[in-house]
Amino acid sequence: MRPRTIIALGDCAVTIDFPHHGGPATRDLIGCLEGRLRADGARGVTGLVPALRTLTVHYDPLLIDFDSLSHYLDSTLDALVITAPPPRAPIIIPVCYGGEFGPDLDMVANTHRTTADQVVARHTAGEYVVAMLGFLPGFPYLDGLDPSLHTPRRASPRTVVPAGSVGIGGASTGVYPCSSPGGWQLIGRTPALLFNAQRTPPALLQPGDQVRFVAIPADHWVSAG
Amino acid sequence: MSIAVRHPGIQTTVQDLGRPMWQHIGVPVGGAMDHCAHRIANLLVGNDEQCTALEAPLSGLALQFGTSALIALAGRDITASLDGRPIPAWRPFRARPGALLVVHSGCRTTIAVAGGIDVPMVLDGRGTCLRAAFGGWQGRALRRDDTLPIGTPSALGENIATDLDARQRDIADWSASTTLRPAYSDAPTVRFISGPEHLLLTDASRALLLGATFRIAPESDRMGYRLTGHPLSLTASREMVSSGVTAGTIQLPQGGVPILLMADRQTTGGYPRLGDVIAADLPLVAQLRPGDSIRFALTTLDEAHRLHRARAHDLADARRGLFLRFAQGADGSR
Repeated sequence: MRPRTIIALGDCAVTIDFPHHGGPATRDLIGCLEGRLRADGARGVTGLVPALRTLTVHYDPLLIDFDSLSHYLDSTLDALVITAPPPRAPIIIPVCYGGEFGPDLDMVANTHRTTADQVVARHTAGEYVVAMLGFLPGFPYLDGLDPSLHTPRRASPRTVVPAGSVGIGGASTGVYPCSSPGGWQLIGRTPALLFNAQRTPPALLQPGDQVRFVAIPADHWVSAG
Repeated sequence: MSIAVRHPGIQTTVQDLGRPMWQHIGVPVGGAMDHCAHRIANLLVGNDEQCTALEAPLSGLALQFGTSALIALAGRDITASLDGRPIPAWRPFRARPGALLVVHSGCRTTIAVAGGIDVPMVLDGRGTCLRAAFGGWQGRALRRDDTLPIGTPSALGENIATDLDARQRDIADWSASTTLRPAYSDAPTVRFISGPEHLLLTDASRALLLGATFRIAPESDRMGYRLTGHPLSLTASREMVSSGVTAGTIQLPQGGVPILLMADRQTTGGYPRLGDVIAADLPLVAQLRPGDSIRFALTTLDEAHRLHRARAHDLADARRGLFLRFAQGADGSR
């Protein structure tokens, strides 16, 4: 039996928590469980939200009650065969660093007593993995940021961060798929579309994907919007 | 069949009952803030309950109807007029070609039209996702001079309209019963189920959460409400990892001002979760305005589900009643 707790999140959702877990093994477990539940298409299950060490299951209490749902989730977990997802080629995200696209690049460099070029070199050298999606449609939480680039969020968040902005927030780096308020330090911007509701699939990235950033000159900017 | 927007009001959007199945890629559920008002307004014009309708916060929306239409309003404290004549909420009424409907005041008014607002399905929903600018009417709030297409009314909607016309009434002499409507107030007590970090509150803060009156801050919107007046604190800071949240989740960010998440909430959150307002009481929250107040009371999952079922049964009864009365047409064949 895999250690977990199933807790009520209000009266229309439960969260399965895998305590003391994290990292690739937990991501595979949660990903397989989500895939299994999605394939089952169980009556009353309305939404599935994988996160770093939890899977939240939204349900319609008119169609399935809490005890039946918990029992179903328990038995599904016990029977679950975990397989690593098929490998996907790393996804390359082109970024214009600095200038109007990355207004905080110099500040990040100053914070770490280095140069803007060095920040770009370290950011593009990183091999990142999508830990989860959340916050905004298609927004990836990326693991793998060089510790020498960890930078606190801005004291006061910006009211508007443009779509495509590449930022650093603490130990994470990520890309804003759409315009939003945000507190991350902005070091660049990508013309890649991370989310497009009209596209299949709508999100460019999925949990477990490998991501690399490459620097492109500003005059190569082509808005794909 | 269309509606011309003469005044867009304040962030009026096309909504349905949300798109929960796309939360895994971060798409907010969205949909009507007040599911109860949305369902009832749709019922009154013969639509399916999940059909699209307009959601108009506060005041100012003015719509001109290009053709005859059957309309119903639902929400809290609604003052509206049709060509200057006062129109009551919670009952269907007819608009003639060229008629001007104005919502003078309200909290979050649902305007349902027989046939719904005819907008394309995007990611299994027709509601507006403002954050990512898709769904609804062109992925945005209404603007002046937008022209909204109306869908085809159901047979039930046609029959309700025909019945009104046959009896030469513009406004129905029947309405959604008061027992069907949520007990709206500018100072409701809403019930919640305690969340994982509830026990981390200090004794004093736990007492405040259960006894104090919080105020809805001005910076509150479809994503969530900030609850001011009584900052809360935890006995210890806990290392939180982002995890799923739901409409009704009461989060406690640094600073101690709780946030009550609503329809356009993020799919995941990284703040301590004090509890979750139950689905049956979310309509009361949806109809609060900045400056209104709110209190919280603990309840159990069983009680929450009992209330949820009771609401669903009442709605199903109302739907059956409408079908019995109107399904066979207004030509006397019933």
